[in-house]
Amino acid sequence: MTNGSTPDLACKEVVELVTEYLEQTLSHNERTRFEQHLAICGGCKEYLREIRSTIDLSRKLSQGALAPNVRDELLTLFRKWKAG
Amino acid sequence: MAMDSAPVESTAPGERQSSETLGSLARGRIEDLRVAAAIQAGDEKAFLGLVERHHKAMVRLAGAYVPPGAAEEVTQEAWIGVLKGLHKFEGRSSLKAWIFRILINCAQFRGSREARAIPFSALEGDSPEAAVAKERFLDADHPRWPGHWASYPAPWSEDRLLSKETLAVIAKAMDGLPQAQREVMRLRDVEEWTSAEVCEALEISEANQRVLLHRARAKVRQALEPYVSGGTR
Repeated sequence: MTNGSTPDLACKEVVELVTEYLEQTLSHNERTRFEQHLAICGGCKEYLREIRSTIDLSRKLSQGALAPNVRDELLTLFRKWKAG
Repeated sequence: MAMDSAPVESTAPGERQSSETLGSLARGRIEDLRVAAAIQAGDEKAFLGLVERHHKAMVRLAGAYVPPGAAEEVTQEAWIGVLKGLHKFEGRSSLKAWIFRILINCAQFRGSREARAIPFSALEGDSPEAAVAKERFLDADHPRWPGHWASYPAPWSEDRLLSKETLAVIAKAMDGLPQAQREVMRLRDVEEWTSAEVCEALEISEANQRVLLHRARAKVRQALEPYVSGGTR
């Protein structure tokens, strides 16, 4: 993996590119190098998987319904505004 | 207030601006204008729809600027501002970004009265932080694998990932993040905003947003690691 024409990315560099990779802001060339590295590096592949799991998991923190008293307060506020 | 910048312009690589994205963006704006008009006409359901969708996230974000006890009140003030200003909403930004701009203005104003006026962009130090501790990698002068993993990160256990304890760990890890990182990660990953929406509402650049998100996710991953490692792959 060190014999290619462009030098291989080090894992240390790859982990810093993960967000840009996921945000699709890497240049075409960077993206190719990133993906080539992943194809041969189980550690970085695992790291990316773990970042994805972290994102999926944080989605579950989204809070549910509003407390009824807060909802009522805001409705009162709306009615006052409407009555002008 | 930079409310008029079209988010599409800040979306990097050209290939992503497909006609589909533009189409759904236009549909979103038309829907926003419809909701705004309905509320102005006195439609309680339309107003409560917005409240259900955004109120909690607004209270949390307000908490980044004002003491915790004042966040709910500031958010109510923001709703009054929204109602009063709604006739000026022209759909040049999303309604969501517009509402959150009003919230942030209210929170900053209150924060300044209470001597906590910190512009969002200043909430973050500039010290570079590594996503993964440098001890996890081989030295730069390693003869064969400089900068590569000293040992691979262990796979995560699906079972443990799904447990209630893990959710508590991630919640705690996010609470412990520096403020700007926390808010960006909350909006992006918990509330599922797009990067353009976050940049617009918080008035930060795409690059700045990405750095904050990167640091936040890396730290949260690190906090999860000891709890969920030990799966098989």
